Amino acid sequence: MTTPVLEARQLIKRFGGLVATDNLSMTVNPGELHAVIGPNGAGKTTLIGQLTGAIRPDGGDIFLHGRRITHMPTFRRSRLGLARSFQITSVFSEMTVLENVALAVQAHSGHSFRFWKPALRDPALREAAEQALDFIGLAPRRDEQVGNLSHGEQRQLEMAMALATKPRILLLDEPMAGMSQEETARMVAILGPLKKSVPILLIEHDMDAVFALADRISVLVYGRIIASGSPDAIRINPEVKAAYLGDDDA
Amino acid sequence: MSMNRATAANMVLIALLLALPPLAGLMDGEFYIILVSRALILAIAAVSLNFILGFGGMVSFGQAAFIGIGAYVVGAGTMHAFEDGIEWLGNGYTQLALTVLFSAVAATVIGAISLRTKGVYFIMITLAFGQMLYFVAVGLEIYGGDDGLSLYQRSEMPGLPDLSDDRVLYYFSLGVLLLFLYLSHRVLHSRFGKVLTGCRLNEQRMAALGFPTYRYRLVAFVIAGVMTGIAGFLLANQTDFISPAMMHWTRSGDLIIMIVLGGIGTVFGPVYGALAFLLLEEFLSGIPVTIAGYRIGEYWQLIFGPVLILIILYARGGIYGFLQPRSNGK
Ligand SMILES: Nc1ncnc2c1ncn2[C@@H]1O[C@H](COP(=O)(O)OP(=O)(O)O)[C@@H](O)[C@H]1O
Ligand SMILES: [Mg+2]
Repeated sequence: MTTPVLEARQLIKRFGGLVATDNLSMTVNPGELHAVIGPNGAGKTTLIGQLTGAIRPDGGDIFLHGRRITHMPTFRRSRLGLARSFQITSVFSEMTVLENVALAVQAHSGHSFRFWKPALRDPALREAAEQALDFIGLAPRRDEQVGNLSHGEQRQLEMAMALATKPRILLLDEPMAGMSQEETARMVAILGPLKKSVPILLIEHDMDAVFALADRISVLVYGRIIASGSPDAIRINPEVKAAYLGDDDA
Repeated sequence: MSMNRATAANMVLIALLLALPPLAGLMDGEFYIILVSRALILAIAAVSLNFILGFGGMVSFGQAAFIGIGAYVVGAGTMHAFEDGIEWLGNGYTQLALTVLFSAVAATVIGAISLRTKGVYFIMITLAFGQMLYFVAVGLEIYGGDDGLSLYQRSEMPGLPDLSDDRVLYYFSLGVLLLFLYLSHRVLHSRFGKVLTGCRLNEQRMAALGFPTYRYRLVAFVIAGVMTGIAGFLLANQTDFISPAMMHWTRSGDLIIMIVLGGIGTVFGPVYGALAFLLLEEFLSGIPVTIAGYRIGEYWQLIFGPVLILIILYARGGIYGFLQPRSNGK
């Protein structure tokens, strides 16, 4: 058996009396796209927060490539190749598209105690940033202030920044939310081949996208995984149907 | 770089500042040299504070403490040089080195603790540290305690023209200001500057991208502390006097007002802010009109306050905002 790229073991997180993560265990394996679905408030974002180090779990452990990272600060996890996108678009508002991505590249190209040369004239940063923008399809917008981007474009930028850190695993929190149909299709086309080199934990409400992409789906309800399996298995699981997918076919 | 309105205004301002001493000489105006010297030195402090406040979003409310450190190095240094015959302490280069050293140590300690907090807590804790150093100065009986100390003489800087000439001190201060402005400009666009800006805009995102944000912010805090310390070195020489009042929290507040007035986060803004602040203070406090027995000038702050509020409400970019219409970049 291969070691999972990312593993959560018996993770627990409480907010006061609310148990947002309830003894949750899961893995993301090499080459895999593991989708987590569940109603609003199920604890999906809280899970990602703990995996990336933004939220401290009350119990349980997290392993990255077999290494225990439960208490490791966020920036170190990122250094080990763990990248995330945010559900609420989280880009640098007063910067251009290119500056945003260049900053992501900069995070993984040595230390930044460099005080003199203009960062944006550095071909190493520029070229890698332009490449990431090209890949995601935002290259024509690179000199735009991010405030002028459409919602969907900001979601794409969010993804370009995550990719620019050259991740070894991606945690994506509802990347398609608010995207147009074409943008969603484009994102599906990007993630499909990407997962082979970069395994992905995908949280998404767009069921067409989830069933098109996922190798495995876990269903989260009230902080607990109530079912986990192949897309086909999940589609016909009666418990899942009742709790989440509803009666109409998903 | 195209010559936009702001750049043109900066050039004119620098030219005016360079020309001021001879012009003032024509009309026998030593007064203006002294007034503007003081403005230049406070501008240096404001530019230094802006480095963390404007670029990095760290609202340090105890920055005057570093002015105090630089000033006390000069005051104490010359006193010991004269009274105890420790002549090397009267040397300006030694004093500058000690200013840098003490400011850096103090900033490292204050920053290391304060930067673990955020928002209002950061403001409060830096304020507390500032007041702590203020009370330390009050307790230093040897340097005059509450009353302070008159300088025996200005810092001796062999190889440079004599600082005890007000014109020399003026140009020396102007030189430091221009140097700091250039450094700020370079750093703002460097990798370090991008990290600092990123931390202001979205620190959580910076951490997720892989930046150890605390480290970068601490280094910025120390740089700003050292720069402000150097302003204190100059201020002691300029006023020929040191006292705890230089590091009172209201002085820190003044620096923040200068930055907001001039244009927060812009390289040049704080210079306009410092000049406007001192000129307004000078002008308003000089108003000779008397109403019902009260001389208006004595209550200049009553006028200054509303002027400030108007600027903050209607000119959010400060004075620099007028010069440079908000569009792309700084
Ligand atoms: N910082 C917090 N403090 C208190 N409660 C929180 C906090 N963050 C999330 N919650 C609660 O935890 C639950 C899970 O939230 P979240 O992880 O955002 O759900 P999802 O992403 O699945 O919609 C919700 O009930 C939410 O209100
Ligand atoms: Mg969520």
